[in-house]
Amino acid sequence: MTRPGTTSSERLARLLNLVPYLLARPGVEVAQAAADLGATEAQVRDDLELLWVCGLPGYGPGDLIDMAFDGDRVTITYDAGIDRPLRLRPDEATALVVALRMLAETPGIAQRDAILRALAKIESAAGDIADAPIAVQSPHGGGSGDDRLATVSAAVDRGRALHITYYTATRDESTERVIDPMRVLVVADRSYVEAWCRRAGAVRLFRVDRIDALTELDEAAAPPPQAQSTVVDEQVFRPSGELPRITVRIGRSDRWITEYYPVESVDEITPEEWLVTLRVSDLDWARRFVLGLGPGVDVIAPPELAESVRGAVLEALAAYS
Amino acid sequence: MSRSRTERLVNLVICLLSTRRFLTAAQIAATVSGYEHDADDPREHEAFQRKFERDKAELRELGVPLEIGTASIFDAEQGYRIARRDYGLPEIPLAPDEAAAVGVAARLWRHAGLAAAASSGLAKLRAGGIEVDEQATLGVEPVVAVDPAFTPLATAARERRAVTFAYRVPERDDSTTRHLQPWGVVCWRGRWYVVGQDTDRDAPRCFRLSRIIGAVRLVGPTGAYSPPPDLDLISHVARWSGPRERSRSARVLARPGRAAGVRRWAEQVDATPDGDVLTLRYAEPHGLAAWLVRYGPDVTVLEPAEVRDAIVCRLRDMAGLAEKLATPGEVPAQSAAAGVGLEVNA
Repeated sequence: MTRPGTTSSERLARLLNLVPYLLARPGVEVAQAAADLGATEAQVRDDLELLWVCGLPGYGPGDLIDMAFDGDRVTITYDAGIDRPLRLRPDEATALVVALRMLAETPGIAQRDAILRALAKIESAAGDIADAPIAVQSPHGGGSGDDRLATVSAAVDRGRALHITYYTATRDESTERVIDPMRVLVVADRSYVEAWCRRAGAVRLFRVDRIDALTELDEAAAPPPQAQSTVVDEQVFRPSGELPRITVRIGRSDRWITEYYPVESVDEITPEEWLVTLRVSDLDWARRFVLGLGPGVDVIAPPELAESVRGAVLEALAAYS
Repeated sequence: MSRSRTERLVNLVICLLSTRRFLTAAQIAATVSGYEHDADDPREHEAFQRKFERDKAELRELGVPLEIGTASIFDAEQGYRIARRDYGLPEIPLAPDEAAAVGVAARLWRHAGLAAAASSGLAKLRAGGIEVDEQATLGVEPVVAVDPAFTPLATAARERRAVTFAYRVPERDDSTTRHLQPWGVVCWRGRWYVVGQDTDRDAPRCFRLSRIIGAVRLVGPTGAYSPPPDLDLISHVARWSGPRERSRSARVLARPGRAAGVRRWAEQVDATPDGDVLTLRYAEPHGLAAWLVRYGPDVTVLEPAEVRDAIVCRLRDMAGLAEKLATPGEVPAQSAAAGVGLEVNA
């Protein structure tokens, strides 16, 4: 791996950006330029030194790029014709345009109007290449309201601690908690509040659709210093090695679980028989999971899960006889 | 790239931007610093040509629009120049709130495939004089992920090039090789799909990107096909007509303090000596039964009979009892569990 900004084309791209960047900001600090262009201060100083000997053919004093230094500040006094950055490339235009479309479709997003205005301007500046054949839509996004998310994010915005009634699916219980919200996230169309949970004494992600009631408290949200945001990627639930492991035998029609849950292994014994192993946070949850899958599923391990599933079926059935 | 090469390339860009006439390779060698050589020495001349070819390729890769043409109709040899109007980013008059939105958008790709392209795009906007606030937030942070197949498929759709890839649907036993003329890529409810003309099936199809195995290969020329003129990409993926109407009502007995997951959906809860009677709205009996059965003996359906029969039938099947009741049109459990209201072809 090369250090960011050191490969050949990255440096050339940065040099071609640097001149118009400085031209637009006379007297800007070198450190600021470095931060804005994604480089280190040392890299930018090297770049400036290189630019100093570049210019129009002839390469005489009046032809070379010229600049004036004032302490840590720099001003371009002659740009040799590089007065604008390069146009956006198709991949750059796609990255920005698609990201803006995704933002605009994010449930509960603020400033949707500004996002759409920015999108229109970037699209028009990029011309044909921004006509990315990429569409983004969420039934919860755009103008359509998700009231619960709107209430939650408004409360988070006001920086208040919240009293919530929260349903925990893994334990099938509703609990009352006081949380100090840190931020609101949307992952794969589902919204979460990341917060310090005073009951758990830890940072937790709360699914907004499982917050059944919410009261804003008359005190500011104050997550303790040890409350660090977790890095969240598309997989919100990352099963750890300490969690109980279960193995089930499934038929063809239940194969969807291998796409929907983070499974540990799939053993395709025959087309009609797959052994699927996954980590679960709770064996009671696993019982509900297996019961929900229905008749085509057998629990292979652990035996106590097989036992509790069978017990639950027989006991439930007894209530109807 | 050596410092001298970088320097030479910057000089080449400056020179070609400043000229109106097309400059031949020989003229460039004679004027641009870094190309000095003895044109009469075959070896030196060949080295220059190789160097110049590499440099042109480098500039093109960066997106520099090199124009090729001849200075006059009497000139036989091709020359080069860069047209200013094609080179420069147009002025983008972004208001501060718009620039903030662009900054937030560029950060979306942090964990995903287009991070490098987004940050180099953002650097160009800044170089164009736009101030982008790094700290701005919009209340809600979307976490974006794209599958590895995204970039090649987006490129193929933009360039209208056919693709081929291996595709596996969980319900099928083997992956199949598919041939597609991609029209576009769609993100619907947080999942990515590609929509296009399946040339094996000779019909429009959509594919979920996470089910593509291995690399997507672009095949054949660019501009090989045209998507339908009134194409609505989303409509090929989304089969969602809003939440289903829950017009029917069931009564369910829940053990005290149990089945919290059912209670939170109850319209009404009545405490009785036998437990709590919950009133639930539902759309369709088998879907409700598949959901209630998860709670085992903690819930017992009181009425109506259609739900009671559905759950008893399910429980009997699970208990392995012989007398299987026919349940035509049963809704598979996953549609209730996953809440997936869309269909994906193939």
